[in-house]
Amino acid sequence: MAEETPWQQALRYANRANPYPFYEELRKTPVARQPDGTYVVSTYREIVTLLHDPRVSSDPRKCPAPAATPAEGAADAEAEPITEAVISLEPNIITQDPPEHDRDRRTMMPHFVGPPRSPHLISDLEPEIHRIVAGLLDGMKGKNRIDAVDDFAYPLPVTVICKVLGVPLEDEPRFHHWIEAALDALDFGPEAASEEIRSRLAGGRRAVQDFGQFAADLLDRYADQPGPGMLSAMVNEDGTEGRMSKGVLASNALLLIFAGHETTVNLIAHSVLTLLRHREALEELRRRPELIVPAVEELLRFESSVQFWHTRSALEDIDIAGTTIPKGAPIFLAYGSANRDPERFTDPDRLDLERRHNEHLGFSQGIHFCFGAPLARLEVQIAVGEFVRRVQNPRLVEDPPPYRHNQIFRGPRHVLVDIDGIRD
Amino acid sequence: MTLRATVAELVREFRASGRIVIVGASLAGLRAAETLREEGFTGSLTVIGDEAYEPYDRPPLSKQVLKGWVPADHTKLPRMREVDADWRLGVAAVGLDRVTKQVSLADGEQVPYDRLLIATGTRARQWPNPAEAALHGVHTIRSRDDAEQLQKALAEPPSRVLVVGAGFIGSEVASVCRELDIPVTVVERGSAPLVGALGGVIGEIAAQMQRDHGVDLRCGLGVSSLEGDSEGHVRRARLSDGTTVDADVVVASLGSIRNVEWLEGSGLAAGFWGVGCDAGGRAFDINGVVTDSIYVAGDVARAPHVLYEYQFLAMEHWDNAVFGAEVAAHNMVNLEPHYRPHLLLPGFWSGQFGVNIKSVGVPPFGDEIVFTQGSVEERRFAAAYGHRGRIVAAVTFDHGKWLEYYGKLIEQSGSFPPPPPGWDQPPDMKPMPAEFPDPRVPTGIPDVVLTGHAPSERTAEFRPRRH
Ligand SMILES: Cc1cc2nc3c(=O)[nH]c(=O)nc-3n(C[C@H](O)[C@H](O)[C@H](O)COP(=O)(O)OP(=O)(O)OC[C@H]3O[C@@H](n4cnc5c(N)ncnc54)[C@H](O)[C@@H]3O)c2cc1C
Repeated sequence: MAEETPWQQALRYANRANPYPFYEELRKTPVARQPDGTYVVSTYREIVTLLHDPRVSSDPRKCPAPAATPAEGAADAEAEPITEAVISLEPNIITQDPPEHDRDRRTMMPHFVGPPRSPHLISDLEPEIHRIVAGLLDGMKGKNRIDAVDDFAYPLPVTVICKVLGVPLEDEPRFHHWIEAALDALDFGPEAASEEIRSRLAGGRRAVQDFGQFAADLLDRYADQPGPGMLSAMVNEDGTEGRMSKGVLASNALLLIFAGHETTVNLIAHSVLTLLRHREALEELRRRPELIVPAVEELLRFESSVQFWHTRSALEDIDIAGTTIPKGAPIFLAYGSANRDPERFTDPDRLDLERRHNEHLGFSQGIHFCFGAPLARLEVQIAVGEFVRRVQNPRLVEDPPPYRHNQIFRGPRHVLVDIDGIRD
Repeated sequence: MTLRATVAELVREFRASGRIVIVGASLAGLRAAETLREEGFTGSLTVIGDEAYEPYDRPPLSKQVLKGWVPADHTKLPRMREVDADWRLGVAAVGLDRVTKQVSLADGEQVPYDRLLIATGTRARQWPNPAEAALHGVHTIRSRDDAEQLQKALAEPPSRVLVVGAGFIGSEVASVCRELDIPVTVVERGSAPLVGALGGVIGEIAAQMQRDHGVDLRCGLGVSSLEGDSEGHVRRARLSDGTTVDADVVVASLGSIRNVEWLEGSGLAAGFWGVGCDAGGRAFDINGVVTDSIYVAGDVARAPHVLYEYQFLAMEHWDNAVFGAEVAAHNMVNLEPHYRPHLLLPGFWSGQFGVNIKSVGVPPFGDEIVFTQGSVEERRFAAAYGHRGRIVAAVTFDHGKWLEYYGKLIEQSGSFPPPPPGWDQPPDMKPMPAEFPDPRVPTGIPDVVLTGHAPSERTAEFRPRRH
């Protein structure tokens, strides 16, 4: 068997807690062709270049990624079910190229942060977020051990995204299950071929379909009877460029529900974990709470919520960093690696809450820059700020903690923390 | 001590206790002051500014401030760090003596320096007839006070605004007027708005955009005179074709004049196009010899640029002021070979008629243009400028996120026309003439100018040959 590439090693579950040494190896070849024909780009400069290159497509229909393709010989029909299931949904803003992407994003934007319709939507959520965070921390009173994921990182983003979108909170267990099932079955590494992953594939595929149906039903309900939140507004109000088709709307709804909490959960969990590993930084933040804004940017850089993205491809031959990415080749952009690129960030493995010029790729860049970034920033700033302020003497119980399976949305499954109490 | 050690000692000493004076307390001046401290300069720092205000930001003045969204006094520039400087605000520098190394101020004081940074920027070109310029209702826009007054005038509201000159600022003012539902006439001597900065092809699009928004746009015409009423308030303008426009607010956006008069007699290469300097911000004297102690940054500087055949560029761009100041400040407290060049790709943005216009590179350096992405019809597109088969600039309308890509191509002297994008291709991707006006034709307002010296300005001293 051929030796595994640094990329394949980075994707192994055993290395989920610390892929960074493999990324370092990977960056020696900024654009590295993988055995399956994928081009993995791991350096900051090259990723930024490609994010702004109009010859790069984000539409998986134009070049389906060989996602989850196991070693040679195993490429049977079952090998790409999640991608297939996702592709069977209508396109959404993350899987579209301009001009469709631009048009749909423009249509959605005013419902989220865009003036004149809802310029204050996010800032107006601040008291609500504070209230939720305070409730979660109050709930820990009297405990000596908490799980920073289940008790803290998870509930906040879910509650917030449901409110913003207008998704009934009672439905949360259902879509939570679908997301977990899909993510657990979606593997980009050598282990995709394992019995375990293959056994999850059918469930993952079904989860994506059920989730899509759920979003479509919800939109239908709002079409009949308008309600609160962004989804209802998108179904019922015409934008400057008309309305999106029902299928596209449902696909975007699914995207927003998913992305609106999945990444934020991991970000809060990783922030807590990272600060507990860096006591000086934690203390500094406690002393100087105003540092929370740059601190969250640094945490975003340090443990990117989205480690890489996999649906880009070359529509022409692209010369970059001494390599030609051939027309039609899938391109993986490894944000997690770029954010530790010493060519861009001085002393990248050091956590520096006051880092300057911290233009990390934690939310990507270019036209696909994270739609929800302003909301995520606010949530994480409040959550982490309050955690630091109120939790007394937090100590990590287990390091590294257990990780979730998926590589893109990398995050701890649980972070057990011993605490002395909760301040008011 | 070795020579090298002595030099190192001198640098250390200068950083610890030298005297630096910055003239011009605006964007470039402030950013230079911050960078000097960032670089470890702990000596005395004096910042001289003739405006009474702390450094403020100008781009919002012709946009958010005029709309009434942001009060003019809420435009203070954010501070990147403490600068601990002696701020002399509200007093102009009126002279420079390079022999005694002193700047003289309008109040008679002499300020000594070891190193000097010139960051005096530009000022608005006033309406040329002083009596007409003095009429109430005649405005220019460069300073906070200008913007405040014009904003008040627009809030009245006037029955019609006349904008003279359709460069970026004139076009922005016209756009604000339409947003406020004020009738507006724009008179532009060139063939179209923005034609000096972006050429006739883009100018035509800008013209259509103005007309679609109800601007009464008149190109190829000048304003010959302004007429006031008995109270001395402007009422009417007479155009070069004999017609008249009734307006009670007139905004003269006729471009800018570089603030170099105070350098008269200093022997520096200062003139109409600004103060000549090398790419590291070191000022030239009138013989083209680089000085050691005087630096220039921002709108008032002009420096050779490697990408543009070493032509001297003067740029009235925000980015240029920031990066030029950072480079100059760095070089002021370092020695060769640690000098840094100011090799910024020029870049500009403007907001008007709901469209975000951005450019990178030097469009007037190009003679051809090709649309590369998007749709002209929808006014969302990218276009590239070419010169002899190389890409030299790009402009975007609501497509700013792609500029970075074109910037890279320009840096690498990529071929023109550039490779086609993978999607969203405009129907016609054939290069065509970019239609820049002859540089000698007085037109709109160049924001980046290629500034070869005028042979009539014989400012250099020629010496007899000695054997
Ligand atoms: C209304 C407006 C809108 C703009 N919009 C944009 C935009 O959208 N995008 C963009 O890229 N750029 C824009 N610009 C250009 C940008 O603001 C300038 O490039 C930038 O301000 C240049 O900074 P500076 O420090 O070199 O010069 P300035 O900002 O002109 O500062 C020079 C300072 O020096 C002072 N000074 C002059 N002479 C003396 C003296 N003898 N003694 C003491 N002080 C003196 C002046 O009063 C002034 O305060 C705009 C400019 C204006 C006026």
